[in-house]
Amino acid sequence: MSIFKPLGYITFAISIVQFGLLAYSQEAVRLGTPISEGQLAEFDLIATPDGSGFPEGSGTAREGKAVYDTRCAACHAATGEGISGRTVIAGGDMQSEETPLRTVGSYWPYASTIFDFVRRAMPADAPKSLSNEEVYQVTAYVLYLNGIIQEDTLINADSLNAIKMPNADGFIDRSHIQ
Amino acid sequence: MHQDKFEKVAGNGLINRRYLLGLGLSGVGIAAASSVLGADSALKIEIPTWSKVPGPGASAYGRRSTHTEHMQRLARPPDPFYPGGGASLSPLQHLQGTITPNSLHFERHHAGVPNISPAEHKLVINGLVRQPLVFDYEDLLKYPMVSKIHFLECSGNSGSLLRGGNADGTAQSLHGLVSCAEWTGIPLSTLLDEAGVLPKARWVAAVGADAASMGRSVPLNKALDDVLVALYQNGEPVRPEQGYPMRLFCPGWEGNISVKWLTHLKLTNEPAQFRDETSKYTDTQPDRSSYQFTFRMGTKSLITSPSGQMALNRQGFYKVTGIAWSGSGSIRRVEVSADGGRSWADALIESNQFEKALTRFSIPWEWNGGDAVLQSRATDDQGNVQPTRDAVIADQGAINFYHNPCIQSWGINSAGEVSNVYI
Repeated sequence: MSIFKPLGYITFAISIVQFGLLAYSQEAVRLGTPISEGQLAEFDLIATPDGSGFPEGSGTAREGKAVYDTRCAACHAATGEGISGRTVIAGGDMQSEETPLRTVGSYWPYASTIFDFVRRAMPADAPKSLSNEEVYQVTAYVLYLNGIIQEDTLINADSLNAIKMPNADGFIDRSHIQ
Repeated sequence: MHQDKFEKVAGNGLINRRYLLGLGLSGVGIAAASSVLGADSALKIEIPTWSKVPGPGASAYGRRSTHTEHMQRLARPPDPFYPGGGASLSPLQHLQGTITPNSLHFERHHAGVPNISPAEHKLVINGLVRQPLVFDYEDLLKYPMVSKIHFLECSGNSGSLLRGGNADGTAQSLHGLVSCAEWTGIPLSTLLDEAGVLPKARWVAAVGADAASMGRSVPLNKALDDVLVALYQNGEPVRPEQGYPMRLFCPGWEGNISVKWLTHLKLTNEPAQFRDETSKYTDTQPDRSSYQFTFRMGTKSLITSPSGQMALNRQGFYKVTGIAWSGSGSIRRVEVSADGGRSWADALIESNQFEKALTRFSIPWEWNGGDAVLQSRATDDQGNVQPTRDAVIADQGAINFYHNPCIQSWGINSAGEVSNVYI
């Protein structure tokens, strides 16, 4: 026991020194480990409308049908009409008289969000199990089901973000109210 | 002396709040004592059995009384097409004060609750910074922290009221997506300063480590203002369903932007346009345009007792109590009506009036056995006044069900039954 007592005092003394540094020299705790963007390539899944964060690759709706039928159709149904209200991804009209059906085609303002969301969160029972190529293919197929592209339109980072979604002008940015 | 036993300050029996303070209460005490004296001579108080045997000793982890186990979160039924997704609501009508016990704090998940090992969890900051950084959990525990008491409310809370129905609703089932806790963590500005925010940065994209990698974009102004990387909730490590080992906490803003299981912060020039800030949590207006980035929660209050599905079992004196909160500041005033909004009386503020935190109010009320409609109306220190349901619907229609701060009306019939009503 007697061995630990002096160590305890030393620790106490050190903590006072650290506190003193914090309080009087404005020296901040800095414990983050530097890392490079390259080291984060697999980790960073944020793909945005300016094209940032998109991996290499491309796909067409024709290619995407096989992936969709196997991995997506169980919830979203064969042509995107959905099994439940929550899983409808195609159709809808924001100007309909009744409460509008809000889908990728009728509502989503950015095409990038399809790729970003499918890559991070779909399929719901096995997220992140699709390859980047498959995500491009499925993204193309969802756009095709909504009548936004043709079956053979090649979707890659550039062509995807060049698409103007049908409801792109339907949003009012309120982010200034904080 | 006034004919009434208590000084009435608004229609249908509302009593001056000072009767809940010292002076007026003596009157209540006298009335009660005189009615008890000689009322039941058979009444006899004995030593209970539990006072005659030693109970169990100390335990490693506390449990609540077996007599309070009926106080449960109300979990919505699971959706097979939404694995792990869904919500549970806090039993507001059973709680008092302003702090929600961690085990009863509401939940909202987009892909279930991940089981995260803190030793393997990383928090990355990259994008428009001088030096991308990665932090370990143990490292983050060494940073100076602050503790703040704040409410958290889901933007969908109370949304079903806009659609009508719900006569059988309770305070919990209608409004239970709000809770309040002491959140302890590192100011996000501390960590962003360490990485060095570049001048072009305007937003921080925050991503969780759940199966949905749920993401939201936070304006840099807010991130540098009062946002925390919260590691503790009411003194213990944040619970798994609240984001263990760490969550973002954006005071006063819609709940889902306080990203749980926080693992990635990316400084960007524009919002990331995640699914949960485009397709979801956007507010479609009557003209079919949609508001995006409605961050701030409203100025709001709710009577928790008496409330839906309770029953008043006798005429006479009741304490009406509830909670109030504002995403814009602190609660300055709560008024209560017992006649459906025709007349109002100021309630007593029972608790601290912290900024962006629940505040407890109460007011004494004498129920005359007839029909009544109890309402509460909050005003915050910015002058915002809680709107009526009609005003909310007139303003934003009923397509949108996010961000409904409307006044709740609890109807009471002559049988004493309390239910949600629309007036």
